[in-house]
Amino acid sequence: MKLIALDSSGLVASAAVYEDDLILAEYTVNYKKTHSQTLLPMLDELSKMIQLDPKSIDAIAVAAGPGSFTGLRIGSATAKGLGLALGKPLIEVPTLAALACNLPNADGLLCPIMDARRQQVYNGLYRFQEQQLVTVQDQRALSIQELCEELNARYEAQDPSDPDALPLPVIFLGDGVAVCRELIDSLLVVPHCYAPANANRQRAASVAVLGAEFYNKGLFVNAADHAPIYLRKSQAEREREQQLKTGDTPQDPFSRAAATPRVHLTGQEQK
Amino acid sequence: MKNGHTDILTIETSCDETAAAVVRDGREVLSNSIYTQISMHTLYGGVVPELASRSHIEKINHVIESALAEANTTLDDIDAVAVTYGPGLVGALLVGVAEAKAIAWAAGKPLIGVNHIEGHISANYIEHPELKPPYLGLVVSGGHTHLIIVKDWAEFEILGRTVDDAAGEAFDKVARAIGLGYPGGPKIDAVSKEGNPDAIHFPKAKVNGSEFDFSFSGIKSAVLNYLNHAQMMHEEVCAADLAASFQKSVVEVLCDHTVAAAKKYGIRQVAMAGGVSANSGLRAGMKKACEENGLELYVPSPIYCTDNAVMIGVAAWHEYQKGRVSSWDLNAVPGLKLGER
Repeated sequence: MKLIALDSSGLVASAAVYEDDLILAEYTVNYKKTHSQTLLPMLDELSKMIQLDPKSIDAIAVAAGPGSFTGLRIGSATAKGLGLALGKPLIEVPTLAALACNLPNADGLLCPIMDARRQQVYNGLYRFQEQQLVTVQDQRALSIQELCEELNARYEAQDPSDPDALPLPVIFLGDGVAVCRELIDSLLVVPHCYAPANANRQRAASVAVLGAEFYNKGLFVNAADHAPIYLRKSQAEREREQQLKTGDTPQDPFSRAAATPRVHLTGQEQK
Repeated sequence: MKNGHTDILTIETSCDETAAAVVRDGREVLSNSIYTQISMHTLYGGVVPELASRSHIEKINHVIESALAEANTTLDDIDAVAVTYGPGLVGALLVGVAEAKAIAWAAGKPLIGVNHIEGHISANYIEHPELKPPYLGLVVSGGHTHLIIVKDWAEFEILGRTVDDAAGEAFDKVARAIGLGYPGGPKIDAVSKEGNPDAIHFPKAKVNGSEFDFSFSGIKSAVLNYLNHAQMMHEEVCAADLAASFQKSVVEVLCDHTVAAAKKYGIRQVAMAGGVSANSGLRAGMKKACEENGLELYVPSPIYCTDNAVMIGVAAWHEYQKGRVSSWDLNAVPGLKLGER
């Protein structure tokens, strides 16, 4: 089974080709250039290196979110375009689960965190049991304080002699570490550590490995039906909900949200 | 090449329409598929960029697949893939650009990046194959107001542009201020038919030192002042009269500039394009102005005035003829200028 895997959910742009338990090629760039410019040239380059015939792949695995909204869409649109042109399905791999797969079979609780701005991180909790990735907590957005409190409580509540007890240490990885490390060290009372450089950012190879597992379980979708998992509503939707709650209307008569006329109108009825 | 023809698959996602088309030899429309997001944005009184991008990614494959099916063709028989890469909303453009690049790459076809405004102008060739440069072009939409000379195929000289709001933007804003909602252009156009265009006198803004530039923020303020004054005096405002008077003022400025430019440069052909050229007041006003001054006027059908992928396919064919293709690092350029490559 052969896959193209893509991850452009964060600052990293990464593409890989996977075949039968091997990564044939991987190209990962952690540089500020826009993914829109880099992702397809990277795929083109690595395909040439391994003389890949795109038609020979079985599916496209994509880091489906969460992540930067625009970054996710660049990866998704690229994957959807490949799927459409090749007539192949898409495998939607949760970004944080793929990050956890950077450290396969780790003896600890994997705690990937991605900077989600607005004082939050995207996070999920994972562990490996019998070489299989197990989701302890599905991915969500929360503050680092909430995450540390939750982790402290989980370990305090559990019986360490229970064979299913969560393992230690808590292993942090992802671009949220750079922003939150000091806070984690001050708030988290259980043993914890941070993943090294070869495992602390998104890698398409990990998307491919988890994607292959999903594919074998029949977990894939039509390219046309795929959309990113944002985990968050847009700002406009949040503001509108807030407005509907409080009943406030904006003062600027030309603003988008100024839905009601300020003068009584005659003549033509409003449509 | 199929039977000696060049068929181009085109994708357009610069604003709030997800569109795809197959165009043969830059003139023949084999399919025209559009998913419009207007009803979603109406809730917010205008286009919300993040929601537009989210909708594009959900719909894009369906729209492209239906364009291929409607054209009764497959990617194998397509000669090139074209896409709008600017100007427009960056997040919205990026969806189409990433999608088009992946399709072209996987199918082994050339990629052609197209300027959205050049697409609008090219819409005229669909129904008027006899139209040839040089001619005067007026591009008026929600995002653009340009008066240009089309000197040759895909070669332009800009005579004037708006210094503030685009013409369509002024329509949208005034429509909001008088409570008509979004999209403002068609709503003001409809209401204007019931009103007296001479009821209220609004100013026609001139831009100092540049005879062909436009300014629409002044008339927008004049509308607001009129509304404020009426409110203070407890006078009722007739929405239809206000809309008709506003529309008349905007149409007159557009027509005056166009006719003056035609005279100055000795050009007899005029072509309009862009969403606002679907406005019935502008179509009638420009027709009259051109007739009175012995000018020949070309206007696309309303369906080709608003955003669509067919027009992008027409522009792409001219690029293709000139051997201009894009590389895999093609990026979205939200502020892409006319004639810029």
